[in-house]
Amino acid sequence: MGAIRTILLVEDSLGDVRLTQEAFRETGDTLRLHVVADGVEAISFLRHEGGYAGAPRPDLILLDLNLSKMDGRQVLAEIKQDDDLKTIPTVILTISDSEEDIETVYRLRANCYLTKPVEFDRFEDLVKSISDFWLTQVSLPQQTRIA
Amino acid sequence: MQKVVLLVEDSPGDVRLTQEAFRNAGRSIDLRVAADGVEAMSFLRRQGIHAEVPRPDFILLDLNLPKMDGREVLAHIKEDNDLKAIPTVILTTSDAEADILTSYQLQANCYLSKPVQLEEFERLIESINDFWLSKVKLPQQEHG
Repeated sequence: MGAIRTILLVEDSLGDVRLTQEAFRETGDTLRLHVVADGVEAISFLRHEGGYAGAPRPDLILLDLNLSKMDGRQVLAEIKQDDDLKTIPTVILTISDSEEDIETVYRLRANCYLTKPVEFDRFEDLVKSISDFWLTQVSLPQQTRIA
Repeated sequence: MQKVVLLVEDSPGDVRLTQEAFRNAGRSIDLRVAADGVEAMSFLRRQGIHAEVPRPDFILLDLNLPKMDGREVLAHIKEDNDLKAIPTVILTTSDAEADILTSYQLQANCYLSKPVQLEEFERLIESINDFWLSKVKLPQQEHG
């Protein structure tokens, strides 16, 4: 433990970004949360393009589905078709709980699917459990390893 | 609704521990066990004696298995249009960087190392129960 983890949050709602930041702060983990607000920015960040030349490779991606410019499903497909990026665990965190979305994103190789609770306390709990599970229990791939 | 979990594990001791840990976590699940990779694939494809088995909601897969290796089982699952949406979590004693990377490349949903201490093993099963079987949305049973 004690390793600094980098998370990329892809989220267009300012309020949800704020909530996620606060909830992660509560967990007291040593993590760096980077935020991008749309799908095009997310891909630029991951491919170190444009203003993101120095961007770190995230250990975990939290991806909303309904995004401007490029949809979350499309971002997910890009990540999972890219040999360099596909090993980064990508967790869907979205308001949708439609069966169709759930099925589609698992087929697109999302690592897991979580629905955003509407109540603040439950949202905080969910972020905490993401942190407990993904950043504590799971073995993540080593940083910057190109197969 | 009771979730169906397929545990692919060749060690009877670890099967027993996993069963007990789920029971202690207070969840009633329908835990099915396949002891090797060939049996796991036959279960998932409902072949032979497995014609009537339910489709698992979730798979816990060991890597080191007789007959067919866990990596091969994982590759088969994730290449099969019918099976690839089922979340498949690696649960193995190996913590080798190469195994972790290979598993994610083969699209394992996540990778967990089996702790050697009993209490930690129980805690890990409890967190699988809390996270994957409670918080996570799993794909619906029997679509299409």
